[in-house]
Amino acid sequence: MRRIALIALPYLWLLALFFVPFLIVLKISLSDTALAIPPYAPTLDLSEGWAGIRDWWSGLDFENYVFLTTDSLYWKAYLSSLKIAVISTAITLLVGYPIAYGMSRARDEWRPTLLMLVILPFWTSFLIRVYAWKAILAQEGFLNQVLIGLGVISEPLTILNTNTAVYIGIVYTYLPFMVLPLYAALEKLDDSLLEAAEDLGCTRMKAFWLITIPLSMQGIVAGSFLVFIPVMGEFVIPTLLGGSDTLMIGKVLWEEFFSNRDWPVASAVAIVLLAILIFPIVLFLKNEEKQWESDT
Amino acid sequence: MRRVSWFNVTSLTFGLAFLYLPMVVLVVYSFNANKLVTVWAGFSTKWYGELFRNEAFLDAAWVTLRVAVVSSTLATVLGTAAAYVLVRGGRFFGRTLFSGMLYAPLVMPDVILGLSLLLLFIAIGLDRGMITIILAHTTFSMAYVAVVVTSRLVAFDHALEEAARDLGCNRWDAFRLVTLPIIAPAVVSGWLLSFTLSLDDLVIASFTSGPSSTTLPIKIFSAVRLGVSPEINALSAILIGIVTVGVITTSLMSKRAIAKRIRDENRAET
Repeated sequence: MRRIALIALPYLWLLALFFVPFLIVLKISLSDTALAIPPYAPTLDLSEGWAGIRDWWSGLDFENYVFLTTDSLYWKAYLSSLKIAVISTAITLLVGYPIAYGMSRARDEWRPTLLMLVILPFWTSFLIRVYAWKAILAQEGFLNQVLIGLGVISEPLTILNTNTAVYIGIVYTYLPFMVLPLYAALEKLDDSLLEAAEDLGCTRMKAFWLITIPLSMQGIVAGSFLVFIPVMGEFVIPTLLGGSDTLMIGKVLWEEFFSNRDWPVASAVAIVLLAILIFPIVLFLKNEEKQWESDT
Repeated sequence: MRRVSWFNVTSLTFGLAFLYLPMVVLVVYSFNANKLVTVWAGFSTKWYGELFRNEAFLDAAWVTLRVAVVSSTLATVLGTAAAYVLVRGGRFFGRTLFSGMLYAPLVMPDVILGLSLLLLFIAIGLDRGMITIILAHTTFSMAYVAVVVTSRLVAFDHALEEAARDLGCNRWDAFRLVTLPIIAPAVVSGWLLSFTLSLDDLVIASFTSGPSSTTLPIKIFSAVRLGVSPEINALSAILIGIVTVGVITTSLMSKRAIAKRIRDENRAET
């Protein structure tokens, strides 16, 4: 009896607040836009029973989805989000790997402290960490003052409100998500494997490529997905640091919903984004499962 | 035998500098007397005073705190139950759907979660306010609790529970007297994680809040959208300070707990 309650409680919660909302988004994405409150006209009417479903089926059109393909704003936003997500994931990996490597090679008594130092920013407000870059990258901000003071540049650089600022913001805020899984993978690495490789005539560089990289692959995959997937839907960073030409789908969805109040199109944007992300999400969950099995 | 490698020291130094410099800059600027945030005009704490006289910020902070406490507590109960069921519950109908729904919010973009929950609340006619933010935050936080608790449940020896049951405990007593104390650290960190996530969330709260329930992140976001503001710098410095003290305290406490356990184990052996 208790077992059923234990299963039912979180199960029903998730059905009601995760699964059903998703079906509602799907339904509204297939509805017609209307000037009403709420601003859509449902095409599915269940109160009429079977006749309602039959009407819905025969009148089913994907006009909101067709609309997404006709207005170039949407596919440009998807492509630009994809590009920004891929490039920033690659940069985060390049920046994060040496940090995670350094942590895993540090002396034992240092490691908990280093780990805490990497986790601490993660507990600090995401919004505030993004906001901090506004004061650094602005025209008369900290970075320009330092560079001009040092005589490196004579004219202030324009970084804020460009895509460069968006990349900096993403790499900065998502760095702990990359470093932690990499560290978890690198920490398990057995040093004697590297020694064996060197004994057998590998150079240190070659041993790194042949042993360290493949054995930390699960960490690389996990970290990359943990950065790539949320960045695809990112709203705060492009809004605070990007310019008017920074196009990301999370921002488009937000504006479609809050500014244009076009709920059916906003829902269609969400469904397409989810369809794009479902593949990486499944791969990520599979990778986690594999790690689970190898750990136990 | 491990040599100090200059490459590792350099990458760690640069990495940590990159992580901390922006926060240090923010804290330093919060003490700037000038209204133009980035032009230094002497040390001052006046922005902290302004902040504490700003009713709107205080109200928002109070709403945020209440939402965070309630939603993280609910998420801890539900997430722990979910983790226990998945690790120890055996097979049941719809297990794959259950674990899929449980873990999907971990990687789902916030805009999608926020939009779908808002459309649900409108469909069932629930007025938006603190309740709806709490429901939304609980839903995505329980995934984090479940992950943390699952890793602890997987790591500890199942035989301990079986021994308790052999000695006459029923399932519930075995859970209460054996399992719960062992997974307690994970349950606590799950709660802390949910609490922080709830305090921090802007996107989902923006979708699910009503006009009377503005949270602190929503307030901060509307204030900084157009530029930097000295009051927000002061607020950020306070939040950074609280988190730093909190993280250092909990890590010292867990260090002490580990040291105590090792001592106890040594004593038990002799």
